[in-house]
Amino acid sequence: MSLTVDRLRVYYQTLYGDVKALDGVTFGIKDGEIMGLAGESGCGKTTLSNALILMRPPMKYLEGKVYLDNEEIPVWDTDQMNPIRFAKISIVPQYAMNAMNPTRKIGKMIAELLEARRIRSTEVTAELKRRLDLVGLSHDVLKMYPIELSGGMKQRMVMVISTLLNPSLLIADEITSALDVSTQRAVAEMLVEFRDCKIVKSMIIVTHDISILYQIADSILVMYAGKLVEKAATEVIIHQPRHPYTRLLIASLPKVGIQHDQKQLVGIPGNPPLLLNPPVGCRFRERCPLAYEKCIEEPPFIEIEPNHYTACWKEIEGHASA
Amino acid sequence: MKTQKKKNEFLYFASRNKKLLIGASIIALFLLLALFGPLLTKTPPFAFANPLGATPPSSKYWLGTTFFGQDVFSQFVNGLRATFIVGLIGGGMGTLIGIVIGFAAGYRGGMVDEILSVLTNIVLVIPTLAVLLIIAAYLEVRSIATQCIFIGLTAWPWVARAVRAQTFSLRTRDFVDLARMSGMKPTRIIATEIAPNMMSYLLMVFILQFGGAILTAATLDFIGLGPTNAISLGLMMQLAVLWGALQLEIWWWFVPPGLAITALVGSLYIMNVGLDEVFNPKLREL
Amino acid sequence: MLALKEVSKTYRIGTFGGKELHAVRNVSFDVKPGEVVALIGESGSGKSTIGKMILRLIGTSAGSIQFQGEDIAAFDHARMKEYYRKIQGVFQDPFSSFNPIFKADRIFGIIRDEFYPRIGEKEWQEKVNVSLTAVGLNPEHVLNKYPHQLSGGQLQRFLIARALLLDINFLVADEIISMLDASTRIDVLNLLSDLKARGLAILFITHDLSLANYISERAIILYRGCIAEMGNIQTVFNHPLHPYTRLLMASVPRLDKKWEEPVSVVDGREATLDGCPFYGRCPVADKTLGCDRFQPPLAEVEPNHWVSCYHYPVGKINLR
Repeated sequence: MSLTVDRLRVYYQTLYGDVKALDGVTFGIKDGEIMGLAGESGCGKTTLSNALILMRPPMKYLEGKVYLDNEEIPVWDTDQMNPIRFAKISIVPQYAMNAMNPTRKIGKMIAELLEARRIRSTEVTAELKRRLDLVGLSHDVLKMYPIELSGGMKQRMVMVISTLLNPSLLIADEITSALDVSTQRAVAEMLVEFRDCKIVKSMIIVTHDISILYQIADSILVMYAGKLVEKAATEVIIHQPRHPYTRLLIASLPKVGIQHDQKQLVGIPGNPPLLLNPPVGCRFRERCPLAYEKCIEEPPFIEIEPNHYTACWKEIEGHASA
Repeated sequence: MKTQKKKNEFLYFASRNKKLLIGASIIALFLLLALFGPLLTKTPPFAFANPLGATPPSSKYWLGTTFFGQDVFSQFVNGLRATFIVGLIGGGMGTLIGIVIGFAAGYRGGMVDEILSVLTNIVLVIPTLAVLLIIAAYLEVRSIATQCIFIGLTAWPWVARAVRAQTFSLRTRDFVDLARMSGMKPTRIIATEIAPNMMSYLLMVFILQFGGAILTAATLDFIGLGPTNAISLGLMMQLAVLWGALQLEIWWWFVPPGLAITALVGSLYIMNVGLDEVFNPKLREL
Repeated sequence: MLALKEVSKTYRIGTFGGKELHAVRNVSFDVKPGEVVALIGESGSGKSTIGKMILRLIGTSAGSIQFQGEDIAAFDHARMKEYYRKIQGVFQDPFSSFNPIFKADRIFGIIRDEFYPRIGEKEWQEKVNVSLTAVGLNPEHVLNKYPHQLSGGQLQRFLIARALLLDINFLVADEIISMLDASTRIDVLNLLSDLKARGLAILFITHDLSLANYISERAIILYRGCIAEMGNIQTVFNHPLHPYTRLLMASVPRLDKKWEEPVSVVDGREATLDGCPFYGRCPVADKTLGCDRFQPPLAEVEPNHWVSCYHYPVGKINLR
């Protein structure tokens, strides 16, 4: 296992109480796995990715363990995380386009970044140039200021910087959502290439756009209201989802070529619960067409088929009786 | 629920902000003194009450008397009143003119903005004090009111610039477009859609103008261009210095007005920093 | 009903306004009553600028926009108000469309003050309720609340309900679902198709091809302020001709098909203002055709299918 997360619970402190944004999640990512993390806004997917890399107030660690390559990492301690961050777990931030210091030439900025990690920049120059070739950027960009690069070029540059130290795990947070479709495809395919070249061992791609995940992810983890809903191989999630939420979500996505007079799609009625004071039991209960008495208890997230996990009483009971 | 929540949130942070509380208490104290102090005086500020001339503070003359035997307490509380009037009217005028020009330039944009910006910049670069000096020197009788007008007419450019920038950014918000698509007239859009979103900001601008007006007035008074028919804190200091209070060590003559001006302006700025922390969630400490 | 005639929008940028930014260049199209037209483009393609010009929130630099044969630029305040009675818009960010310090229903109150000053309280309530019900909201659940207490989807419906209070026959929907979550966005999309069934014409501005395809009849593909391709949406989607449209179609992530053979992306070729706007990224650009020097005209290469590309001269079209 590249990454194992065990009962991780992270809340946000606010004036009105704790927002239970990540309420006990357990999952693993295999070596070489690209896992898509999908869910609607406020479901906790960004909290999860931030928790793995930088847990800053108002985020509050409650419990849970995180193992990277079978070693426990102290996610709750920002200081102890310093040597791990960027070197073992790295992130391509959501607003990568603006993540670079505008007053520094890119090459100088990278050198400073490496120095902060006590790595001499000359040691990695050759590798840096190889990486630039890989993403199709000319070596001249190192002498340029970030403003001289187009959006897609900046995105690729940030990807090169984030992966320069060959991290075990790379988190990509909504990196394609601000891009145009044609650039989006190039960036997404580049992520796969990074994995294929063994630059990064495994990857979490956080996005609300499931169709992107269908193109590049090996597995998809669906979250809802701070809880894990379902995890399985991409094909399984898209074509045979088991949790009612995943099913409704997939069914609501328009396919290219479908017109409303041919096939009327429907959304999911209702809204996600507020996480300040979430309902007991299954958090999807109130919007779920299949909800029954049992759902007042919290469903465990268990493996109903090999490598197919879900948290739904209907599936668990069906699985038990079968 | 939102306003309630919002108000509560404002009160919550306001009541916990030491800077705001300290600043506001000092201002309130002086304000009370300015309002009710003149009622406690036995003689008018310029009356030669004490035939002994300069005497230190005593039970009869709480803050002593001047070189001419005038009651310093009477001068002080009446001067304080004048200071508040200058701050309120002068600062208020500056704020008002600045807001109107800022709104017009920021909302209209284009030609209107260019013309108003040029005007703003011209007034901004004019050496205000020099102009005030010249005008003040030409006037035979100078009152607190004329001082207010001078200050109001010269202090607005900073407000105009700040309001213009804020209006610019609010104008591009979709709810303003929506109001325009409802056929609302521009003045109404500014008054009902844009201004309410800037209330906290405008309050802070006014406080800064208030403090600025007090300082400018004190400066004018001190260099001898103060009111000719009334007392003010700056005038007290000027007279004290003029009649050698420093050399004669009549400290009770110049310390109260000096201290009051410093404390007032200081507290206003501290209050402003506090308000900024209350209104701006980024500066709040949880 | 609504026609754009060679509309352009130029912004002056740079320190002294010395540079010009051509946000929209010579765009002409029309929208017929009850028609849904998708205006598709990437960010910076000028699609939102066109929407704002139609709503006269910004002026045009050249060309004219005509509503029922009249140039809207000439309208005075009173005529403008009548125009807004017929044409309304809904924008991308539902939260930015509401003044955060007031209750959400205030947008209805404004409509009442401006357009129905003499209507009785009871009659007005009835009208609001009808309008809210039409967009699938329960008046009891959504009235008297602050914007942050409602979800993005509810707010977008609220804004559509506001437009329905007027007797509109044209709606500019600018990216209205791109900020909504997947589970609610389809309902708003279905609502638009209901409105279309009631005879409303819609300009559906979007960057998302699958959403555009779902409800529209006609597609206009914009690239850098120019129309690259325009026609019946099925034709444009199934037989894209312009190299840019083809690139879009090959890049769009689908749920039923994985990306096929790699697309050739050209990056960094210098494009001039006079040449084809797509010259800088075009894989089939050909200097001998003049792609780098002259902007290709928008030509009707087959009935109701217009393309701006020298590879498709009128009458000489090969549909593979």
